[in-house]
Amino acid sequence: MNKKVLNAEAAIEGLLDNMTIGLGGFGLCGIPENSIAALIRKGVKGLTCISNNAGVDDFGIGLMLQTRQVKKMISSYVGENEEFERQMLSGELDVDLVPQGTLATRLMAAGYGMPVIYTPAGVGTEVAIGKESRIFGNKEYLMEYAFDIDFSIVKAWKGDAHGNLIFRKTSRNFNPLVAMAGKITIAEVEELVPAGELDPDHIHLPGIYVHRIFQGVDYEKRIEQRTVRSKN
Amino acid sequence: MLDKNGIAKRIAQEIKDGYYVNLGIGIPTLVANFIPEGMNVVLQSENGLLGIGPFPIDGEEDADLINAGKQTITTVPGSAFFDSALSFGMIRAGKVDLTILGAMEVSENGDIANWKIPGKMVKGMGGAMDLVASAKNIIVAMQHVNKAGESKLLPACDLPLTGIRCVKKIVTELAVLDVLPEGGFRLLERAPGVSVEVIIKATAGKLIVEGDIPEMVL
Repeated sequence: MNKKVLNAEAAIEGLLDNMTIGLGGFGLCGIPENSIAALIRKGVKGLTCISNNAGVDDFGIGLMLQTRQVKKMISSYVGENEEFERQMLSGELDVDLVPQGTLATRLMAAGYGMPVIYTPAGVGTEVAIGKESRIFGNKEYLMEYAFDIDFSIVKAWKGDAHGNLIFRKTSRNFNPLVAMAGKITIAEVEELVPAGELDPDHIHLPGIYVHRIFQGVDYEKRIEQRTVRSKN
Repeated sequence: MLDKNGIAKRIAQEIKDGYYVNLGIGIPTLVANFIPEGMNVVLQSENGLLGIGPFPIDGEEDADLINAGKQTITTVPGSAFFDSALSFGMIRAGKVDLTILGAMEVSENGDIANWKIPGKMVKGMGGAMDLVASAKNIIVAMQHVNKAGESKLLPACDLPLTGIRCVKKIVTELAVLDVLPEGGFRLLERAPGVSVEVIIKATAGKLIVEGDIPEMVL
C-alpha cells in the first residue's frame, strides 16, 4: 500500500489535455500549490476544473488561467480575478456556477457512490432551469448529479504512505470531498510520514480515496484578506 | 435613520441565548460586535467552522484559519472544524437557528435577490442559495432604498432570484418589518426620527401598518 510518489511531476503523470479535474481549497486556503505549479510546467490544456473558487490573478487556479489551460470552470464563487473576468466575457472560458452546498454535496455523493442528490438550493431561481425536481413533504428539491472527475488534486496537512489524511483548521474545506470524487486522487501534504505514525482515530479521510501522495515543498500559503486587530 | 452599525445593532437584538448563527458578508458581519457579553452564541462560518472568534492580533494570523469572506480570524473555546459538505449539511438540516444576510431586493412574498446584476460581472452565488433555501429563520440586513431613492422592498424582485418565499424579517436604515406568510411587509418598528410616512413612501411592495408603530429601542 505504498502510494508515495517523488514529487508533483510524478503525481500528475497521466493527467492529459481535456480532462476533468477537481481541486481542493476555499479561496487560497488549502489549495494544492505544488500540483498547480506542476500542471503549469506540464502545459496540459483544455481542462475542466471543479473548484469552489478560481484563485486570484497571480495565485492558485488564476495562474492556470493566465496560461490558458482552463476551458471550463465549475465553481460557486469566482470573484477577485480580472483575467477570469476577461476570459469569461470574451467567451474563451466557459463557467458553470453552482451553489456552494450543492457543489460540496455533489462531490460527496461521488465518494459515497450515489448518482444524485436532492437539494432545495436554487429552487425557483435560474439554477433550476432544465433540472428535474421533486416534492418531498411540502418542499421542492432539485435533483443534482454526482460529479465525474478524472483526477482529483487536494492538499492536506499530514498524510501517511497509505494515503490517510489529516487536515488543519479551515483548510479542510473542500479537500476531503474533492479527494473522494476522483477516479485518481493526488494528495500533497506538508508532512508525509510512514504508515502507522498517524493515530487512526485522528484520520479525517481514509487512504482508500487517495492513490498518490507526496510531500510538498516551499508552501507560500498566501492570505487573501489579512484582517487583524491591535494588541490593545 | 440608522447607519450600518445601527442596523447591525438592531439585528443583534434578534439573537437569543443558545443560538447557532450564520452571518453573511457586509452588515451581517458587524452583528457579531453587538452580541451581548455573556450570551452563549456560536457563529458558523460555512467554509467549515463553528465558533468564529475575533480577528487575530497583528502577527498571529494563520493562513489556514479564515472565514467565508476569506478574512483571517480566530476561534473561540469549544469550536469545531469540518468539511464543506458537513457545513452545508447542518445548514440544510435546519441545525443553524438564524441566518443573517444582505440583499439587493426583497419581494413582499419573501423572495430575495442578492447575487447577480444583469450586465455586470457575475461572481457567483457562493453559499447564499443554500442558506436561503434551508434556513429556519432568515433576517435580511439591507438598505430600504437605492442610491436613486428607489425602493428595494418590492411587489416582485426585478433582479435574478437567490431564493423564494424565505425571508422572515427585514431590518433597514428606516424600519423593522416582518414578511407575512400570506404576503406583505408588516411594519413593526421605525428607526429613530423616521416617520411612518417616510417608510410608506420608501416601500414599493404591499406595506401593512397597524396601530401605532413604535420607535426602535437601540
